[in-house]
Amino acid sequence: MSTLAASPRALAWQRRRRALGRAWGQYRRHRPGMIGLGILATIVAMALLAPVISDAKELDVVNTVDNPTWAKPWDFAPLGTDNFGRSVWAQFVWGARISLVVGLAATIVAIVIGSVVGILSGFYRGILSAVLARLTEWFLVIPFLPLAIVLAAILGPSIENLIFVIGITSWPSTARLVRAQVLTLKERPYVERSRALGASNRHLMGRHVLPNVSPIILANLTLTVPIAILSETTLAFLGLGDPSRASWGKMLEEAFEAGALGRNAWWYFLPPGLGIMAVVLAFTLIGTALEEILDPRLRERR
Amino acid sequence: MSFRFVVRKVLAAFATLAFVVCFNFFLFRVVEADPVANLYRGKNLTLDQRLEIRHEFGLDGSRGEQFLRYLQQTAQFNFGRSYATNRPVRSDIWERAKPTIVLVGVSTLLSTVFGVLIGIVSAWRRRSKLDYGWTGFTMATYSMPDFWLGMLLLVTFAVTLGWFPVGGITDTASSASGISKLFDQAHHMFLPALTLTLAYLGEYALVMRSSLLDTMREDYLTLARAKGLRDVVVRNRHAVPNALLPVVTLIAINFGFVLSGAIAVETIYSWPGLGLLSYEALRGPDLPMLQGLFLVFSGAVIVFNLLADLLYAVLDPRVRIE
Repeated sequence: MSTLAASPRALAWQRRRRALGRAWGQYRRHRPGMIGLGILATIVAMALLAPVISDAKELDVVNTVDNPTWAKPWDFAPLGTDNFGRSVWAQFVWGARISLVVGLAATIVAIVIGSVVGILSGFYRGILSAVLARLTEWFLVIPFLPLAIVLAAILGPSIENLIFVIGITSWPSTARLVRAQVLTLKERPYVERSRALGASNRHLMGRHVLPNVSPIILANLTLTVPIAILSETTLAFLGLGDPSRASWGKMLEEAFEAGALGRNAWWYFLPPGLGIMAVVLAFTLIGTALEEILDPRLRERR
Repeated sequence: MSFRFVVRKVLAAFATLAFVVCFNFFLFRVVEADPVANLYRGKNLTLDQRLEIRHEFGLDGSRGEQFLRYLQQTAQFNFGRSYATNRPVRSDIWERAKPTIVLVGVSTLLSTVFGVLIGIVSAWRRRSKLDYGWTGFTMATYSMPDFWLGMLLLVTFAVTLGWFPVGGITDTASSASGISKLFDQAHHMFLPALTLTLAYLGEYALVMRSSLLDTMREDYLTLARAKGLRDVVVRNRHAVPNALLPVVTLIAINFGFVLSGAIAVETIYSWPGLGLLSYEALRGPDLPMLQGLFLVFSGAVIVFNLLADLLYAVLDPRVRIE
């Protein structure tokens, strides 16, 4: 490697690539983390291949009038049918898409708000910092479910609103975590040195603070996704899901409303629940693995 | 515990409460154009009737007047009238609070006892088959939507086996009273309480496990062992009491949140508490009811957060200095 001729930027990238390679090497040896990754890859593949492995026409009541209702698995369609004769398998496969998309998008909204609030309130002193810190504490106290219900009821049921509602209610824990980290980071000698050399606040935040909190943000992101997906499930179950694009939570609502429990139609309410469980478990395993790799203090435990 | 510490915490709690009260008003007013028009859609009302209804629901006057009136009424615990039943929101909430408190209280008690025991066993016998088994179990229950777990238990034990009723709080047909009525209610509560216990258990077990693992690295435990104390004594007298600290505060904090967390589970079992009331209000939507419930749920969290802070200061002297 001719490090002599390389520019600082190229050097920095080289260092980052190497750090990433090291982290992946550690991750690969983390068995629970790899299991989580495997489960997640399977479900994402299923969601992406939805048009190939199932027929979207089976989702619409208009096309299923001739199908038997409440058919058992394999009697009709791979996973039987519901009270309208719709294929449960098709609903399951297409529902995976909605659940994953809502969970991921809501997480991104929450992480962006949480990181910005956390960095700003940790980095600056004075009124802005105090106000943001208070706001974080207040939002931590407001019980998530009633707030989400109220917001979703007022805004109306649609995917975009669900993403907004879950995102706007899930950011405070990220903000608190990031803020605590930034508070210790900004006292480090290299930040002081950079400031003494005349670096602006924007430079300090962009070049020193953000890169150093990003591993924590990444681990927090993977641990927020399962919470977002569970929230979506509960909200959809309470009737706040998008009626035209059914997620796994919406499937559970429809199964409950149609009386699947009383008929013991397990093929209708079992698959969506198992799907949610698998996704939540996968993200929790991945997130915990990332946390352990990125935070050396946790490594010796377990 | 110093007087100043308590005063500071109580004042902070009041500030949070004030924020929630204001937030509640704007949340509903900003987005909602005209609830009266929505409610009486398709009915021909004269202008006078319309104005009278608006007055009844406190929707007349300017925003500022509405806000002042809202503050005054909220201070008197007057949350307005329900759109659906036309009864005061407060009396509906009051009636429905008891079943929820009983259900959530019993579930919290059971889940903490069993969660802490599981956590102790897994941490003390770390990396044993027992540890892996319990950690796997708690991970699984943590990953399930709580109401789905409720559906599974309902189908298995109520629909298929018929051991328990499928929902409600009493058998409407029977006119039992006294002991047998209590027994009937306990019979109805078994499945919802089991669901919530299993749903909460995982968090307590995981927190207790990691807290005890931290405690086990402390020097005073090595000293206790060096003194020749038996393993059980080291665990029960030296390790566990200190490791319990974070769990105790978690219980206090969670108790505020679980009041509203049981919405979906109460719906599954038609348990007539605040959760089912929220679900019914949502179907309307019965806005004054939702508003009142939101205040009650938030207030519960604030009160229990305050209790958790004070409790922590009593139990752990290090906090008071800060």
